[in-house]
Amino acid sequence: MSNEATLHGHQEVHGSLGHDQGHGHDDHGHHHETFISKYVFSMDHKMIAKQFLITGIVWAIIGAFFSVLFRLQLGFPDTSFPWLQSILGHWAENGHITPQAYYALVTMHGTILVFFVLTAGLSGTFSNFLIPLQVGARDMASPFMNMLSYWFFFLASLVMMSSLFVQTGPASGGWTAYPPLSALGDASIGSKVGMDLWIASMALFVVSQLLGGLNYISTILNMRTKGMSMTKMPLTIWAFFFTAVLGVLSFPVLLSGFILLLFDRHAGTSFYLSDIFVAGKALSNEGGSAILYQHLFWFLGHPEVYIIILPAMGMVSEVLAINSRKPIFGYLAMIGSLFAICILAFLVWAHHMFVTGLNPFLGAFFVLLTLLIAVPSAIKVFNWLTTIWRGNINFTPGALFSIGFVSTFISGGLTGIWLGNSSIDIHLHDTYFVIAHFHIVMGVSAFFGMFAGIYHWFPKMYGRFMNNTLGYIHFWITLVGAYLIFWPMHYEGMAGMPRRYFDYSTWESFKQFADLNHFISIVVIGVFATQMLFVFNFFYSIFKGRKLTNANPWKATTLEWTTPIHAGHGNWPGEIPEVYRWPYDYSKDGIDFIPQTTPIGPNESAH
Amino acid sequence: MSAQRNKIHPHKYSLWIAMGSITMMFIGFTSAYIVKRAQANWKVFELPKIFWVSTAVILLSSVTIQLAVKVFKQRQMGRYRQLITLTAALGVVFAALQLWGFSDMAAHGLTLAGPASVSFIYVIVAMHILHVLGGVVALLVMFFRAYRTNVKVYSPVGIEVAATYWHFVDALWIYLLIFLSVAR
Repeated sequence: MSNEATLHGHQEVHGSLGHDQGHGHDDHGHHHETFISKYVFSMDHKMIAKQFLITGIVWAIIGAFFSVLFRLQLGFPDTSFPWLQSILGHWAENGHITPQAYYALVTMHGTILVFFVLTAGLSGTFSNFLIPLQVGARDMASPFMNMLSYWFFFLASLVMMSSLFVQTGPASGGWTAYPPLSALGDASIGSKVGMDLWIASMALFVVSQLLGGLNYISTILNMRTKGMSMTKMPLTIWAFFFTAVLGVLSFPVLLSGFILLLFDRHAGTSFYLSDIFVAGKALSNEGGSAILYQHLFWFLGHPEVYIIILPAMGMVSEVLAINSRKPIFGYLAMIGSLFAICILAFLVWAHHMFVTGLNPFLGAFFVLLTLLIAVPSAIKVFNWLTTIWRGNINFTPGALFSIGFVSTFISGGLTGIWLGNSSIDIHLHDTYFVIAHFHIVMGVSAFFGMFAGIYHWFPKMYGRFMNNTLGYIHFWITLVGAYLIFWPMHYEGMAGMPRRYFDYSTWESFKQFADLNHFISIVVIGVFATQMLFVFNFFYSIFKGRKLTNANPWKATTLEWTTPIHAGHGNWPGEIPEVYRWPYDYSKDGIDFIPQTTPIGPNESAH
Repeated sequence: MSAQRNKIHPHKYSLWIAMGSITMMFIGFTSAYIVKRAQANWKVFELPKIFWVSTAVILLSSVTIQLAVKVFKQRQMGRYRQLITLTAALGVVFAALQLWGFSDMAAHGLTLAGPASVSFIYVIVAMHILHVLGGVVALLVMFFRAYRTNVKVYSPVGIEVAATYWHFVDALWIYLLIFLSVAR
């Protein structure tokens, strides 16, 4: 049910306000639901969140497995793996991945992990799950649109998945899909129908993200329960809000870039193409500019980094405060820094383009803005550390992953200062230093935030706990493994080893890294196996995990823990609770925690 | 304890955010246009005159939909149905006139696969037409809803949302026309 619910019989619909009008949300848990309406075409934000999460996990397994495959090539360039042929067929003849397959694997790995896992899987899951629960709403502003958001994502997934099986293979021009490789069907084998499917899938994905983003913003601004002022919202909600703002303002620009790309591919236009020769034959395209595509792409591409990391930041703030039994340090500064990051995210895209012939004066401007982002980021790091400082820390898997997030965000963020300097970037651009930087700060950190969220909110999602021992094993191997994988890449990058090379061993300069790459690849396999342990823990715990007996297992203050253990559609069986205080009253006046629904006492201070 | 509270209807809120999104897409197009304009092979040409006629049509449609909102609130359902039908028809006429403009350009050798300045006109205008046609579909839904007998709709939210969107695509076209006329 929703405010879009069909009203049967002769009825009259009045008014313009009622999300609850026209039907009773209190009945959400009681009206008859079929398997299809409950689990497939569900309009319950909690079920949609689970759909996003499970689809994201499936994609994460595929995307991570692709990285294992191409790491085999990088780590063992001279070794034949006959079993590869049984998986990849003619893409791995004689047990060697072909160059075309290598580029396809790298492209799909990036696309899947950046968009389908760390955008849809992370933000789609937790924005959907937590926004209505934490602001005190029955559901999203538009549950139907929310459902559409998931199914557009599902369609995008189907199209992307199908591109893996076309005869000419999937797109292979890199996750950024730069022209001319992406704009000319004849440029490479991966530029053919695989590229069309990639663009179609991404267009559907953008629609999904826009539908989701509209809903998140509307729900947060418009559907908070009584007493839930903006400054009483948990930082998770602030983070989801700014993430949605980033998404709705930047994804359309990417879409415009893709539309022009499609016209270049199929209508003979020259937006991105000029003076191109294919197999010695000059094409008729004149006056296009591949740099134009880069501007349009990175206008999304850089905010995308923050679309990925902001939800993780919000969840880490929440998990750290709860498990430290302390209020978050600098609540308003945390909101301010999220806002500053949100603004600056739109003003730094050209730092990805320092070596495109950008005017040096303009480059200096983007260097300054890029380095400015370090300020709000540092504020957040400082506040996380001061939150756990002298806290009574419960080292749950969720808390460990949150602390791990802070660690990787620091170490990955610091190398961003290097790359943000245009003069240093001229040397480091397109080397393994860049790979190491963004994998630690964006990939590993965001995954740690996602893991923290999954371990922490799993009991709310499924009414059971995940296994702690497996969680600890998962954390320590992943943390150590991530550093072992990406730390050495910084040195490779500083030595100039370029990214996207199929076989570095033919260059004298890079042969010295053979042992290092060998080592990295072995660790990758180990870390991938550990993620399978997490996947096992996740699915096993859904059915066999220790059952929740207390609706508020972490002794948290926020509204989601005031619902029943198995909340129906509508979340609260009676009326929605009213909010009286901010969400971080931990260890206040000698009391362990005070829920948001507890009125402020007569002699009690505000915070 | 309290019931769910709302300030502005969620659909209205969502529409405003969606309009922001659509605006960003066209800002993307027009920014790309400005960047390309500063580069080689930029061909200057006259916009088809018919675009100005289509502008008058879409402006008129904004008037008719605003009247539709007014008569809906007065419960003059017959007039309301006439006005939203007229608005949708004007939307279709607008799209047809834009396509006429395309054929006029093609007749003068200005084809889609020509210089980038020409290609941009085709793409930007076509994308705007798609958004107008989206509005036409919404109006058709409103039209059929107005004939339903089992549910009487007294809430003006639907038509207000449709009207806001319609004014938006109208204003968007004015912006695009001025932009394409000035940034030659």
